Amino acid sequence: MRSWLAALVPVFAATFALAQPATDGRRTGYQDMSPALQQMEDDDSANPGMLFVQMGEALWRQKTGGADKACADCHADGSMKGVAARYPAIPAKGDKPVDIEGRINLCRTGQQKAEALRPESEDLLALTAYVVQQSRGEPIAPPDDPRLAPMRADGEKIFKQRQGQLNLSCANCHDDNAGKKLAGATIPQAHPTAYPVYRLEWQTLGSLKRRLRGCLIGIRAEPYEVGAPQWVSLELYLMSRARGMRLEGVGVRP
Amino acid sequence: MANVMVNAPKTARKGEVVQIKAIVLHPMETGYRVGTNGQMIPRNIIERFTATWNGEEIFDMKFSPAIAANPFVTFFATASESGKIGLRWKGDNDFDVEHSVDIAVE
Repeated sequence: MRSWLAALVPVFAATFALAQPATDGRRTGYQDMSPALQQMEDDDSANPGMLFVQMGEALWRQKTGGADKACADCHADGSMKGVAARYPAIPAKGDKPVDIEGRINLCRTGQQKAEALRPESEDLLALTAYVVQQSRGEPIAPPDDPRLAPMRADGEKIFKQRQGQLNLSCANCHDDNAGKKLAGATIPQAHPTAYPVYRLEWQTLGSLKRRLRGCLIGIRAEPYEVGAPQWVSLELYLMSRARGMRLEGVGVRP
Repeated sequence: MANVMVNAPKTARKGEVVQIKAIVLHPMETGYRVGTNGQMIPRNIIERFTATWNGEEIFDMKFSPAIAANPFVTFFATASESGKIGLRWKGDNDFDVEHSVDIAVE
């Protein structure tokens, strides 16, 4: 009996990810995937993304670069809570919006005097995962910075612009046909609540940029170059579209 | 860097069947794929996963190239005595990772 109860505790503790303020019809990909995958995401000992969170924590405490400083030397434990819910944002000493990965690299080049980490590299994904995980359960809260508005508008334009050989826009699937099936899979509403995400198809962790690139290739459009501002614009728009929805931390998707 | 997550109960009653879950970070490269340079990507898999309870073997599994990256294994054992559950993954390129967790049996 006791062990039966003990087995239920993690299930109840984990169902918070389901607790989206779902009154307005917005749904996360989490809500559309199978119970087995939901359990995989919720159980920290089964979610393969947690391996990267662990790795990210080790990197967070590791001194590096010309300044021989670790992230943990400046930032207290747990101080990244809520940060992922605000990004992309314009950093204090900058004028261009950056995403979380970009922000980590700014700290690396500026404070640690180390080389920027390559996009989609294991180290950058792991550090991002560690930072994002601390915002698990936090509602997405894009900043009301007026300087972000033009780029957010760009992102909305890209989202609604037909492109590629299939002449489809993001909105054609993710606004107009969300919830219907595409080749057996439910089309999600494209709310970025679980990035970086462990996709079973990738067999590894990947960023929102990688996911968007996959969609662009899918509609046979040419993906933007690595580091192009369009990625940040799109992310800005997607985050404002998902305002108030709860971040899942490092998620699992099929 | 060996990266492992193990989920096993910290305590158990004598004779109780306990569930042990273990996941290890590993690419499980099949050896059948061609890279972007046209060359075969050499096989890099875990070949063997074994578990011991106070040194005595309780679980042994042979892995194949068809197993996905970051393999996740769940198995059961009957709690007999307090001690250490030892887990070991061995594979290509001298991959050899050991991890152990303590369990108290009352």
